[in-house]
Amino acid sequence: MEPSTLSPPSTMVAARRAAGGVGDAIFSAAVRLSGWSLLALLGGLIGVLAWGGAQAWGAFGPGFAWSTAWNPVSEHFGALAPVFGSVMTTVLALLIAVPLAFGIAFWLVEMAPGSVAGPIGMAVQLLAAVPSIIFGMWGFFVIVPVMARVVQPWANRHLGHVPVLGVLFHGAPYGTGLLTGGLVLAVMVTPFVCAVMRDVFTAMPAQIRESAYGLGATRWEVMRSVILPWSRPALVGGVMLGMGRALGETMAVTFVIGNTNRIGWSLFAPGNTIASLIALEFPESAAGSLKLSSLLALGFILMVISFVTLACSRVLLRRGA
Amino acid sequence: MSGELAGVPAAPSGAGWGRGGRLAARRRLADRLATGLSLGATGIVLLALGSILLTLLARGLPGLSAGTLVRVMTPPGGGGGLANAIAGSLVQTGLAAAIGTPVGLLTGIYLSEYATDGRVVAVVRFVSDMMLSAPSILVGLFVYLALVAPVGHFSGLSGAVALAMLFVPVVVRTTEDMLRLVPLTMREAAYALGAPKWRVVLQVCLRAARAGVLTGILLAVARVSGETAPLLFTSLGNMNWSLSLDAPMASLPVAIYQYAGSAYDDWVQLAWTGALLITAGVLVLNVVVRMWHRRLGAGQ
Repeated sequence: MEPSTLSPPSTMVAARRAAGGVGDAIFSAAVRLSGWSLLALLGGLIGVLAWGGAQAWGAFGPGFAWSTAWNPVSEHFGALAPVFGSVMTTVLALLIAVPLAFGIAFWLVEMAPGSVAGPIGMAVQLLAAVPSIIFGMWGFFVIVPVMARVVQPWANRHLGHVPVLGVLFHGAPYGTGLLTGGLVLAVMVTPFVCAVMRDVFTAMPAQIRESAYGLGATRWEVMRSVILPWSRPALVGGVMLGMGRALGETMAVTFVIGNTNRIGWSLFAPGNTIASLIALEFPESAAGSLKLSSLLALGFILMVISFVTLACSRVLLRRGA
Repeated sequence: MSGELAGVPAAPSGAGWGRGGRLAARRRLADRLATGLSLGATGIVLLALGSILLTLLARGLPGLSAGTLVRVMTPPGGGGGLANAIAGSLVQTGLAAAIGTPVGLLTGIYLSEYATDGRVVAVVRFVSDMMLSAPSILVGLFVYLALVAPVGHFSGLSGAVALAMLFVPVVVRTTEDMLRLVPLTMREAAYALGAPKWRVVLQVCLRAARAGVLTGILLAVARVSGETAPLLFTSLGNMNWSLSLDAPMASLPVAIYQYAGSAYDDWVQLAWTGALLITAGVLVLNVVVRMWHRRLGAGQ
């Protein structure tokens, strides 16, 4: 296969081969440079965020990570409230998105006739292509009013007095808040999780599935006792992929989260997330200020959280595939 | 295929499906319940998609006129349009594609044709995957610190660079996958003719894979053109007509972000029209590319 081991039939070919050697050297260098430049870029991203947040870490110490303060006037900043918001909205989003994604994948793979499965699978995938700012507007103008006028007053009246659970539903019906953020995120994340589940379910060897059906199992039994145990690691990987997406999502959440720096258990209370806090406050932070550095330190925390999540997802998906 | 298989258990399968035993009834109930719930899940997500599209049409169409496309953004009540935002989006997305395509292609070629050390391949692919799903606002922060803060002002160029960083991993992924599909015999034939490796890669492999690679590039364009977060701190947005790469530049997503949250009816209307434009563009690009790609795949 190595062309240089062939004997040259003429000097012309030899000359061309020498020219090819130069071309090869240049091209190979370009290709390597490009591949390694990605490493440099990601390294730069991590380095720059770590370095940019150094001032905040220096001023507040490791306590920055669990301080709840965010006071630009007294220059006290802490990461806990936005981290709490990010984690809460992500958990809520996954609680809604994972069953939805599973349902769609189950239906598309096991039940839908081919002529319907194609277009509907495509429609679900199109949802993943809608820009996130559109989800933000839709959430703000469509979901928030519904939450404020219907869902929250109803939950307040009927669930607000239940002893322990009631805490989750207290608060004035603003319509914005953690639950609304989680809902919009869930709609955004579902197609990603669903795509992974679909791939995993179809990757299952047909004989195993067929033998289960041959034994008289129902579709649900095949799914629960055969496909699910077989594909668990990859499924967890898919869920974590969705988690990574939800953690870092900015525009959609910024519209509906309420943007208040607080920690509370009520699902209806406004909050914020790391990404939305950065989006809102970064433009109004003076260069070199402690606030700017604190935002960068928050960005670094977000990067660490989402990279750990995505790395786990990668590993699980590869093991499952 | 599986639909037909699912009919099998109704046939004579011992435990008495259809003979009305209590176990059979419970099993059938569980199956029906699962079927119903998964149909419901599909319905809910399709409903959400329908609601988004209908809302965009209902609120965006009334503001769609020639003036919207031709006039520049103005203060509220000034009867402005989105022309500079549309132009800015085109410029920044185009530039991002111009920067991102060669880098993505070369990296994809590196991964599939050149890298011999498995660990290096794994690391580069891992990094590319990380960049594919990294929070895009962090890319904005990075480019702000690397390109905006040192220069001292926001610029269209930095916006394009931020978008390019999101563009590259999509192209890397598809290029690598598509090159791996090129049959080895094709490469061998080219080598046997005495072609140097770079010609084999560029003129044989890449040409054979060009439909798939082009798909990746177009999907990357679709993905990048709706991004807002990385542009907030890099190209910032601009109320005036400006195509200078060295000055703040308007873009549709940032204009939508600014206008949607405002208190002025005409600005909110423009935000919806912009949202309709950008979603229509992105979705049409996606549908066309995917259908085209599927037909090519079926034809081969």
